[in-house]
Amino acid sequence: MSDITIFAARKIITMNPRRPEVSHVAVKGGRILGAGTLAELDGWGDYTLDDRFADKVLMPGFVEGHAHAMEGTLWRKVYCGFFDRTDPDGRTWPGVKSIDDVLARLREAEARLDDPDAALGGFQLDPIYMDGAVMDRARLDSVSATRPVGVLHASGHIMYVNSKALELAGLMRAGINHPGIPLGPDGMPTGVLKGPEVYMPVAPHVGFNRSATDADEDGLRAFAKLCVRTGTTTVTDLASRLEPEAVDMMLRVTGARRFPARVVPLKFFMGHTPQDLVDIAVGLRDQSTDKLRLGRIKVIADGSIQGFTARLRAPGYYNGAPNGLWYIAPEQLDQIYRLALAAGVPVHTHTNGDEATELVLDTLGPALTDTPRRDHRFTLQHCQMADAAQFRRMQALGVCVNLFANHHFYWGDEHYRLTVGPERAERMNACRTALDTGVPMAIHSDAPVTPLAPLFTAWAAVTRITASGRVQGAHERISVAEALYAITLGAAYTLHMDGEVGSIEAGKRADFAVLDGDPTDASPDALKDIPVWGTVLGGEVFDASAL
Amino acid sequence: MSIPVTVIGGYLGAGKTTLINQVLRQAEGLRIAVLVNEFGALSIDEDLIEAQKGDVISISGGCVCCAFGDNLIGAIGDMVAMVPAPQHIVIEASGVAIPQAIAATLSLVAGVHLAGTVVLADAETVQRRARDTYMGDTILRQLTGADLVLLTKGDLVADAARVADWLRDVSDGAEVVQAAFGHCPNAVVLGAVASGVPERTADLDHGAQYLGLSFEQSGTADPQAVAAVLADAALGLVRAKGFVRTEDGLAEVQVVGRRWAVTLGGAGHGLVCIGLRDRIAADVIEDRMLEHGFHLSRA
Repeated sequence: MSDITIFAARKIITMNPRRPEVSHVAVKGGRILGAGTLAELDGWGDYTLDDRFADKVLMPGFVEGHAHAMEGTLWRKVYCGFFDRTDPDGRTWPGVKSIDDVLARLREAEARLDDPDAALGGFQLDPIYMDGAVMDRARLDSVSATRPVGVLHASGHIMYVNSKALELAGLMRAGINHPGIPLGPDGMPTGVLKGPEVYMPVAPHVGFNRSATDADEDGLRAFAKLCVRTGTTTVTDLASRLEPEAVDMMLRVTGARRFPARVVPLKFFMGHTPQDLVDIAVGLRDQSTDKLRLGRIKVIADGSIQGFTARLRAPGYYNGAPNGLWYIAPEQLDQIYRLALAAGVPVHTHTNGDEATELVLDTLGPALTDTPRRDHRFTLQHCQMADAAQFRRMQALGVCVNLFANHHFYWGDEHYRLTVGPERAERMNACRTALDTGVPMAIHSDAPVTPLAPLFTAWAAVTRITASGRVQGAHERISVAEALYAITLGAAYTLHMDGEVGSIEAGKRADFAVLDGDPTDASPDALKDIPVWGTVLGGEVFDASAL
Repeated sequence: MSIPVTVIGGYLGAGKTTLINQVLRQAEGLRIAVLVNEFGALSIDEDLIEAQKGDVISISGGCVCCAFGDNLIGAIGDMVAMVPAPQHIVIEASGVAIPQAIAATLSLVAGVHLAGTVVLADAETVQRRARDTYMGDTILRQLTGADLVLLTKGDLVADAARVADWLRDVSDGAEVVQAAFGHCPNAVVLGAVASGVPERTADLDHGAQYLGLSFEQSGTADPQAVAAVLADAALGLVRAKGFVRTEDGLAEVQVVGRRWAVTLGGAGHGLVCIGLRDRIAADVIEDRMLEHGFHLSRA
């Protein structure tokens, strides 16, 4: 049997402008020999023709530039989200549309638990879609009064718990005085815990562990299944603690031949001096493999817009809320940037509010003057509120941007109505401006905050439709072709991986998304509904229905 | 026994590290655990270090735990569970953290209580930083929530007193004391007054900046009322700590700036008050304490 496989497909969309559509792709040793006609590829020598994709459309495997592998671990809990969502095993959970529905689903799961003391956890609840309905301790007590119950909010910033959970954490008492813990008329906590620092003591009692942002071994494997189901072959784990044991685990798990994704974990900045942080990243870089790509840093500058913790420039929050919080001091940011530039370590910085974006640009500019590094590809992550002038500065500094297109669909209405007001809501996640200004751009899901699904993300950037069905900021829409570029080469570029993945052409990794429909032929509205059959990673075929 | 916790905040360069080294140096047998989150950047003076294992540095009689990241509550839990348990916990907040948010979080952890929020202000830079485009409102928020503001590097400016006045103004009535070169007695920073040993107050004042007053009690009193008196801004007290006999037994009273707390139980007697020599209203304190049955002890 030949060691060359030629895949035949209904259509292969290469993202290589010299031959944008072909019928065949030849693969050897995990790499692409060429994309073209069968006759062209025949010249490589003996081959096995694999025509299982004869009625499929192949694209370069999608690249998700901002996700968190913890999504894989979350699915061990009960899905309480408003929108339909597919779990790693392929089961689609219908969205729950009311608090009563949430409670009913939790009761169902509760009835299946054998151990009477076992905790019951849920995730992805967002009452904002339920006409201001309330979730609290009393309602969760109706699920169980004897076992601890806790449900994580979709934002990851709020947890709803029952009386038993509060009791186990020592919080079922009067006299608590904390802005993150609302009290009922009886003086007792209502069971709504606002902010990770507040729900952290309760989380272990309801089955969420301390380092909620890190995936464990099973979680990483589950996360990779989601990648196959969504056509994703390269995925970031954007804020990972990367302790030595975790790195060993990730190397082992991703090293398996049948592990179906390239994982790019970024080292989380907190808890280290700038020098230690950069040294760690350099050390990790040398441990990289073809499927685990280490040596990048993630920094967080501010909070979230809907949590009113993002840092906004004038005129501030639409509802008059005070400005948000900084998570790093300018001097520390400056040190990290300078040391990372000198060491050639890319830094991705979370900014949500436009003041945070401004600080990054103000800091990076002088750092680049003193420590020039061509092709640094430092990337602003989310960067949701940037205005045209800030995009021009990004372009001048060689900064990339990864915009949160999904956010616009899920919370765009809230931003319009409540957080930043109509005008700035229309400019949020300004894909059109980014491209017109020449800023290298990706778009993302921030899974598990919103579902991992690059075709949905592309749809969100193309249509700018919000959850209520309005087109918000039509001017910032991009074309289907531009969106498909953003979820392949665009995202790969922000990771310095565009020479390796993101298009189907000679010499690159044989990473493909296998689709049942043609995104370039579908109406833009249908982009998100194109079924994904599975993926090919380094020539290995992964059938989503057989995971 | 609940462990007192002091939160130390203030922007980068305000002198938090210097202060913490001083606090450890002056521990005098008090077992202190320090939690650090300035990106793991605390440099503990070499001669204080006995051993280092991972993120935990052992020091004479205590320890320093670096880099709790975003899990403060877990780190405090670890401290409380240590054997032997520390007698005082000091948390060094990061330069951009709002110390009172950390203080609020303490109320959620079993086995600890807040002994005060101390925010450091660099006399040379604090006013400029308070006007900074990015950091100004953060600096002001830090100061507004302080129980006690320590003015550092006052020796480097012409008119430190004016900066102190400005700090009193923006900090919403916090007590402001000067701590040049990080020198500030632990009695002030931690409220670690050795209660029941009033004669020690004579040694309290390293730089003649402070005056200590010790009281003995006759009869019984309402501890809440006594604490409220001591927290009155008109008295000019920085700290007060001690015991009040009540009709139902002993109660411990702790005051830092305008904040006071009463806990029932404990063992000891006497009450110590500390204030700045030039601000303390000794006569007023004496009169008002007398109303509650406390008289100055003449050591």
